[in-house]
Amino acid sequence: MLRTGDAMSAAVMTKAGAPLAEDDPDIILAVDGLETHFGRPPRVAKAVDDVTFRVRAGETVAVVGESGSGKSVASLSIMQLLARGGRIAGGSIRFRQRSGTMIALDKLSQKEMRKIRGAEIAMIFQEPMTSLNPLMTIGDQIAEMTMLHEPIGRTKALEHARQMLELVEIPAAGNRLGDYPHQLSGGMRQRVMIALALACKPRLLIADEPTTALDVTIQKQILRLLERLQAEMGMSMLFITHNLGVVAEIAHEVVVMYAGRVVEQAPMRELFRKPRHPYTLGLLHATPNPARDLAPSAGGEPAVRRRLTPIPGNVPSTTELPDGCSFAPRCPLRIDACEARKPPLVKVDPDHASRCIRHEELS
Amino acid sequence: MSDASPLLVVENLSKRFPSTRGVVRAVDGVSFEVRRGTVTGLVGESGSGKTTIGRSVLRLVEPSSGKAVFDGVDLFTLPPKEMRRYRRRLQIIFQDPYSSLDPRMRVGAIIGEALDTHGLAKGAARQARIAELLTKVGLQPEHARRYPHEFSGGQRQRIGIARALAVEPEFIVADEPVSALDVSVQAQILNLIQDLQAELGLTMLIVAHDLTVVEYLCDDVIVLYLGRIMEQGPARAIYARPRHPYTKALLSAAPVPDPDAERSELVLEGDIPSPLSPPSGCVFRTRCPYAKPVCAEGDPVPVPVTGVERQLSACVRRAELEAEGVL
Repeated sequence: MLRTGDAMSAAVMTKAGAPLAEDDPDIILAVDGLETHFGRPPRVAKAVDDVTFRVRAGETVAVVGESGSGKSVASLSIMQLLARGGRIAGGSIRFRQRSGTMIALDKLSQKEMRKIRGAEIAMIFQEPMTSLNPLMTIGDQIAEMTMLHEPIGRTKALEHARQMLELVEIPAAGNRLGDYPHQLSGGMRQRVMIALALACKPRLLIADEPTTALDVTIQKQILRLLERLQAEMGMSMLFITHNLGVVAEIAHEVVVMYAGRVVEQAPMRELFRKPRHPYTLGLLHATPNPARDLAPSAGGEPAVRRRLTPIPGNVPSTTELPDGCSFAPRCPLRIDACEARKPPLVKVDPDHASRCIRHEELS
Repeated sequence: MSDASPLLVVENLSKRFPSTRGVVRAVDGVSFEVRRGTVTGLVGESGSGKTTIGRSVLRLVEPSSGKAVFDGVDLFTLPPKEMRRYRRRLQIIFQDPYSSLDPRMRVGAIIGEALDTHGLAKGAARQARIAELLTKVGLQPEHARRYPHEFSGGQRQRIGIARALAVEPEFIVADEPVSALDVSVQAQILNLIQDLQAELGLTMLIVAHDLTVVEYLCDDVIVLYLGRIMEQGPARAIYARPRHPYTKALLSAAPVPDPDAERSELVLEGDIPSPLSPPSGCVFRTRCPYAKPVCAEGDPVPVPVTGVERQLSACVRRAELEAEGVL
């Protein structure tokens, strides 16, 4: 669960340079006041601006946002896989290792980070070919991954690879070890990428839009698979998506991002039932939901063609963010105070935070 | 509107692509009608043939066989010169607003080009028409002087729509018109298409992979799988009660943004087969949880569902599955 109160006090202490707060041993990942910038002054893009959240043991946290929200950049910051020109300009990213000690990922060298990636934190992407080597058989790739982090020989590693393919429900796994990625369908490649990511039993899996490029019936399969593996292996998952439907399928906790900032965070059901930020509410109204909009009326008459309620305007560019609330230009609740200064992320309920100064009017 | 006469009648449309590993049957004997002033959705996953059908109708892809009778004339038999004349009446909106606009041309020139091709307006009238079109799609006349890269994805899609409308078409194919857009903007474009369709009385064919999006826009829906029609009919009837296991699976696979919504446990196993070697009989049978040996036989075609006007299903076990309470 996200304890927003803890998160904020930790953020304050980090900023003050004081030692980090005593952490709940349940916390696997603590991101505090993260700032990730691209480019040089005067044209600095604040891709991630003051992002704070927690991931606890065995839970799935979904980070949901549209293009330019900073959701992917935040996850790449955690992995230290930022593209050229990107840098962590502030805040901290702490991760609890298998040994139980909390380490600051943002302070690690690339060499130290390589020991963490794959072994303790793994990542899967929208496009499996970004992580699969087209010139190696899938068996060899999984075996190589295991041998890199664990002291085992090739025969054992290949046997382990076969077990991993079975784990991700690839039929006749033993016969597929010699296949190359191009011989597999999109859904099968995604399964192989998951097998590769989970080969060393990471404590945290970062899944960046893993089902976005898939057909809807295959997406359903992969979501079910990830849900099962997350529960069975007791790992934590940070699930990056633009799709609120997917959030409802898989998340325990939700972080909503807009233009680089967290605008709302809450337990999943709470977020859908009682959204406390106008952007979350707007996104819910704009998302197709036939069960809500198109179900036949009580009289049995089919509903007339209903309309979605769009959010007016466009997603702002991260180099031209407004001074105050970044959603204000598109917000139906906008008042002058919204544009005066950046609103803080405030607790609206014990587990629920909103970055809206008018959140009370939404309750 | 249910008695509207068809503007487009597609009969037995097939498209085969030769490949090094054999012949891909992208579209295999598809027949349907699009009634005047209505919107029909072509829905399916990868390999369903939906895009190929949409483009064949405009002859952007040359069909292998079949007919596409538009207002009484079979478009497939027209010589190229004649077909060009028809292009004024049939337009297309593309999926990707980033690659479908020439980056070197100003927006005014992009829209003006369509007017020039068909000799529709010159000089001041041309400028006025461009301004009018931009306003109609929710942009401003001044935007005519800008280049495509100065616009967001949603705005570019508006430009694409303005270009399609420039020649006052009767019929528009929209190929995944909102799937490249952010959710908050997607709803804007869906509503714009709805408004323009109603205002101008357009007849539309919408190609989409997302059945939930189509539900908002369409009067009729055609559900495709591996180049064949599984089910077709009024969108409301199909949504309320799908009469084919594939439609039911497609509806239940779409993630619902509501954790309290009823969740169907119907999860299809396996992959979509290769269109190089589609299964015999019903092409869906290899993934259908209700398949029986009978499904491997014959060549099932959509047949009317009794009691529902214009709804057709290609499931050979439909009556049994209805009796069992599955459909």
